[in-house]
Amino acid sequence: MRTREEPIAAEQYELHGPSLHRFAINRRQFFRYLGGGIAITFVAGHAWSEDGAEVASANDNSIHAWIHVGENNKVTVYTGKVEVGQNIRTSLAQIVAEELTVPFDAIEMVMGDTALTPYDRGTYGSLSIPRMGPQLRKAAASARELLRKMAAKKLEVDVSRLKVEGGRIRDTKGKTSLSFSDIAKGEKLIQPIDESAPVTPPDQWKICGTSVPKANAVSFVTGTHRYVSDMKLPNMMYGKVLRPPSYGAKLKGVDLSRARTVPDVVAVHDGDFVAVCGPNPIAAERALTLVQAEWEEKPQPSRAVIFDYLVRSAKAPRGGDGGGDMTAGLARATVKTDKTFHVDYIAHAPLEPRAALAQWEGDKVTVWTGTQRPFGVQEEVSDAFRIPKENVRVIMPDTGSGYGGKHTGDAALEAARLAREARRPVKVVWTREEEFTWAYFRPAGVITVKAGADASGKLTAWEFHNYNSGGSAIETQYDVEKKRIQFHPVDSPLRQGSYRGLAGTANIFARESAMDDLASDLGMDPLEFRLKNLSNERLRNVLNACADAYGWSKRGKAKGQGHGIGCGIEKGGYVATFAEVFVNPDDGKVTVKRAVTAFECGAIINPVHLENQILGCVVQGLGGALFEWIDFKDGRILNPMFSRYRVPRFTDMPQLDVVMVDRKDLPSAGAGEAPIYAIAPAIRNAIADAGGERLYTLPLLGRA
Amino acid sequence: MELNINNKTYSVDVEPTASLLTALRDYLDLTGAKYGCGEGACGACTVLVDGQPTRSCITPLSSLMHKRITTIEGLAPEGNLHPVQQAFIDHDAFQCAYCAPGMVMAAAALLERHPDPTEEQIRSYMNGNICRCGTYPRIVRAIRSIKTT
Repeated sequence: MRTREEPIAAEQYELHGPSLHRFAINRRQFFRYLGGGIAITFVAGHAWSEDGAEVASANDNSIHAWIHVGENNKVTVYTGKVEVGQNIRTSLAQIVAEELTVPFDAIEMVMGDTALTPYDRGTYGSLSIPRMGPQLRKAAASARELLRKMAAKKLEVDVSRLKVEGGRIRDTKGKTSLSFSDIAKGEKLIQPIDESAPVTPPDQWKICGTSVPKANAVSFVTGTHRYVSDMKLPNMMYGKVLRPPSYGAKLKGVDLSRARTVPDVVAVHDGDFVAVCGPNPIAAERALTLVQAEWEEKPQPSRAVIFDYLVRSAKAPRGGDGGGDMTAGLARATVKTDKTFHVDYIAHAPLEPRAALAQWEGDKVTVWTGTQRPFGVQEEVSDAFRIPKENVRVIMPDTGSGYGGKHTGDAALEAARLAREARRPVKVVWTREEEFTWAYFRPAGVITVKAGADASGKLTAWEFHNYNSGGSAIETQYDVEKKRIQFHPVDSPLRQGSYRGLAGTANIFARESAMDDLASDLGMDPLEFRLKNLSNERLRNVLNACADAYGWSKRGKAKGQGHGIGCGIEKGGYVATFAEVFVNPDDGKVTVKRAVTAFECGAIINPVHLENQILGCVVQGLGGALFEWIDFKDGRILNPMFSRYRVPRFTDMPQLDVVMVDRKDLPSAGAGEAPIYAIAPAIRNAIADAGGERLYTLPLLGRA
Repeated sequence: MELNINNKTYSVDVEPTASLLTALRDYLDLTGAKYGCGEGACGACTVLVDGQPTRSCITPLSSLMHKRITTIEGLAPEGNLHPVQQAFIDHDAFQCAYCAPGMVMAAAALLERHPDPTEEQIRSYMNGNICRCGTYPRIVRAIRSIKTT
């Protein structure tokens, strides 16, 4: 356990932490913790003292990453990013290994620990590869060049004679070579990024661009990796939280006396928070059933009226009128569409539910929790208990997925509150029903599209309004002069938040569906129609690559067979999915036969893990496309379990193919989100092509 | 009560109505089997009972007298990997990997029954196991790659 004397200053680099003196790195303490060696920090807009060894001044949030090359040849990377299955632990280590010319296994990644890693806003928005990747690459290259210079001094030769390879520095004109540890030994040097340090160009990559297997893979297949829900501390208790009967219910009164009759149980009532913990989960569950609480429920809009509710409750829209007079544009149109789309709330349903383990020592607390925002949770805990942030340490072991659904620290707060009361460590693991009910959802939404195209297939007008889903990917990628695109925020009756790809899953579904209706009404090939209105070269390439892999030009036309297209751009990713369905002419039953997804996100760091992200997005998108939806009535979730909330399974898999367009000439972007976008519209459009209905809802098939 | 787990006898002081998953995870600290749903619908808690894949979250301890329980911790001898575990690593057949222990147990049971399963057999046999990260195609590939003799 870390004590006050232990040094890494990184914990103090929160976004709002103000004073410079808090930032100052105490070198003596830093190296006492790490052992000797050299450390490179990535500091945005850095200002260093003359000798470059000590921070002179910098913003509190300006250090993003550390790389430490130790006396034992060990390279340790410190980053606030976290691992939730996207394999960023692997990709970032590949980047550092590449620049330092060391094997992948030589890199240790310390991630998502507020006491050890620099401040990080969180792991979301597909930002780890495009933002953290280049920072670490530059830091590693700086370390390499620094080691080279130090070696030159040590060997008393000119630096140009020295070559770095295989984790050693070799004198090209002599026989000497030094390991990194030979050079780092006895040193205690902290240096900023060296902007002039050259990074390895993608066409010379040896470790990046290859399919390095998942870091620590053995621990996962043998069950030895400890997710938070697996963790145990001596004297640990198991916590259970009393949930309201419905959304918005207020606690009127509570009686804990019967719950407290269960031996060794501790019960807490603090405001609206009522919870118990016991020496084992069975005692805790029993005590929870004995809590007597009275609630006042409030009327809540139900699923049956949600779409009307969203439109009626909308606030002032965001987004201007785009300079477009719709009337003129529509007047020039040969074909028009004017449709309303409905998109349901859906759940992330990460297989590991929210979990946290909290332990207090005096007025300091350590919380292990599965979250995409360890530093955000640190703030939440600090606010909730009114203790300084440096008294809160949040640690995030590699976690059982998130998909944008684990941005909050709910379980962390609950475990910490119980642990404070019990004066023992407490673990809280949400049940599946809690996760389905009290986490948060991808927003439901209503989208209206009014658009037209002329006889040549050029768009003439595009009016698009989204109620509640959000503004992500709301801008059309197609060229259209007259457009009006607006997002209308709503106070959602259900708790909602980010979801893989955010509102893009709704906005791109509506846009690509409307595009297809226009193409179909013009009698034009939907690929040709899209290309006619699309000048973005990267997306055009992806569409064409997908068409080739799919065999679009020679697609079959059997009875009941249909083919559809969807595509989109977001977060630096360019995606197209082509899907084939069979609509049974007898009963209208839809079967998705196959889907080809082409994706481009710049230079590929790890092909297998990229393919996993693309497939994962497509499979998750398949659920939202076909059958995922949250049903609710009077503030109660009616399907909060896997037996009633259908998620994609093995037998739901169509033939899935992936085309990865590797653009070594372009910077790498993230890939955990954008590939989800195109599967839903592709299936929808394929159903229409097969002679089925033109559908305007998500999910397409599975809801009442 | 006494349980035979991974060829060892464990004594656990918990009522017989408790689930095997609770006994494993919270009393015996065998946390390889995961909680995912509590209703036998996701397969994350899969263990073998007398060689049969079993949802430990809905299996009461009272039903396990004199049964042989195998968990992921005991699937292969210490320090070794079962061919399914090796295949999962070789094919990167997991993402967050929370489902992986349950998947591996189900696949190991499948291979006992069908040493050379077709893709159809794999999909149908494994259908009770959810991978929310959507790694299904790669899992099928991993299992198909295993050559049993």
